[in-house]
Amino acid sequence: MLKNEDSKPNHWLTAALLMPTTMWFVFMLILPLIVILIFSFGERAAVGGYAASFTFEQYANLPSRLKAFQNTMIFAPIGTLLSLFMAYPLAYYLALRVDRRYKFILLVLVIVPFWTSLLIRTYAWIFILGGRGIPLMLEWIGIEGVRLVNTPGAVLIGIVYGYLPLMVFPIFVSLEKIDKNLLEASNDLGGTPFKTFMQITLPLSMLGVATGCMLVFILLMGEFLIPAFLGGGKVFFIGNALVDLFLQSRNWPFGSAVSVTLVVIMLITVSLYMRLTMRTKTGRDESLM
Amino acid sequence: MRLYSIAIYLFLYVPIFIIVLFSFNAGRHASELRGLSLQWYGKALANPFVVDAFVTSLVVALTVAILSTLMGTAAALALQRLKGTLRILFDGMIYISIMIPGIVIGIATLVALVTVFNFLNPLLASVWPEGVKPLKLNMGYATVIAAHTLFTMSLVIILVRARIAGMDRTLIEASTDLYATPWRTFYQITLPQIFPAILSGFLLSFTFSFDDFIISFFVAGANTTLPVYIFSSIRRGITPEVNAIGTMVLAVSLILLMAAQYLLHARTNR
Repeated sequence: MLKNEDSKPNHWLTAALLMPTTMWFVFMLILPLIVILIFSFGERAAVGGYAASFTFEQYANLPSRLKAFQNTMIFAPIGTLLSLFMAYPLAYYLALRVDRRYKFILLVLVIVPFWTSLLIRTYAWIFILGGRGIPLMLEWIGIEGVRLVNTPGAVLIGIVYGYLPLMVFPIFVSLEKIDKNLLEASNDLGGTPFKTFMQITLPLSMLGVATGCMLVFILLMGEFLIPAFLGGGKVFFIGNALVDLFLQSRNWPFGSAVSVTLVVIMLITVSLYMRLTMRTKTGRDESLM
Repeated sequence: MRLYSIAIYLFLYVPIFIIVLFSFNAGRHASELRGLSLQWYGKALANPFVVDAFVTSLVVALTVAILSTLMGTAAALALQRLKGTLRILFDGMIYISIMIPGIVIGIATLVALVTVFNFLNPLLASVWPEGVKPLKLNMGYATVIAAHTLFTMSLVIILVRARIAGMDRTLIEASTDLYATPWRTFYQITLPQIFPAILSGFLLSFTFSFDDFIISFFVAGANTTLPVYIFSSIRRGITPEVNAIGTMVLAVSLILLMAAQYLLHARTNR
């Protein structure tokens, strides 16, 4: 299937192989996105749903969901940074300190939770932070009346718990790639461990840090489950506002306007971020696994 | 630093362990452990809603995995030969479909498909032969499968493409030089080399689809998947039954994931 350079490429075969994927992109990605873009300029029909129109009313109405946007734009960066600070030492330990024999299994143990049900892992924290979990234990040692669930702190714990694995992996990959001779050279030339870290290890792992932060940030922007379970209606994100708009109040045009705004904010943030950090294009493909 | 790492592993696994432990609870209340028993598993498996949702999830995940493996692998192979604007366009689509939040995919698919269906259903009814109940397009199996496949197909493309990039090209040249047909070269040289990536793509697609909540929440219609069922029962209150179902879901994905990771890294980390 991979052609030799001098044999004539078979265009029909290439087209046939790409056909199903193309259809999927057109009907399941481009078409839906165009539809919500069109709907976002429409009006809500009397019974809910969409009525054709061309108005900027929905966008003018966005400030009514300001709180959801604010929460998302505050919690997503804070959650990303918290995950980064917790993930870096672990990635460093796995990449540079652990015996080669255990490296693979230890790494798998970090990644696996990310691919298991976020629903159930977040649910576990309702259990732990709820009235009969940690608060009950605190009562035993004399601290009473602690409320943990439905607080901003609970949402942050949920975020770090959910997305830490995704942060560890790209940082691990970039640390692993560092030429160990550089570290030895620095050591031989009298660099202190701290200086070696600041001048060699940290700069060389920045690509992994940037990739990890971007992946976590993107997912947090569209988060619904964690605030729904651990924020208890007090801490809600854009995702929660969207579920409410589409499934409860059936205001499709306004919901569409909110979705379009979310995607636009995301695209702007990500492209700004990439421009700032990713001058070199490497390591993106593997960062996804 | 070792101590810190141990703490992180505990942080990652203690909550999972707690869910598993409490699923064997013999008591009637979710949060009081009163001895161990399997009664909640019995209750969960005797609940027709749970069994239905479980079967739906399995059917959806299996179909998604098969579809995305076939289409993703085909696309990954073809993309090797694509150059210029088309290639950039495809790469763009792949990254957009992976990066766009699941909630937006769910909403956009729901809105677009409901609109299309509302337009097509009267048309279908008018051309349908007299006396036969006309085909009515609705949200259900097909829509969840299609929406999940968008993401997993792109995932398979990325995995398989990475594998092709790391492949030994001299073998293919040798095979061509020895007058093997392109088909034979593919079957005997390329396929065995990229097979681990295809298989792990299959397993990851299955796990993604099996665990996905937010997309199914919007587009599954009447075909409730297991995560959607779990979500609504958590909303109604926490029972040990939820822990038992959760443990079963975790077990399914953990087994498949370990297999996927092993396949993906076993031969590359030499």
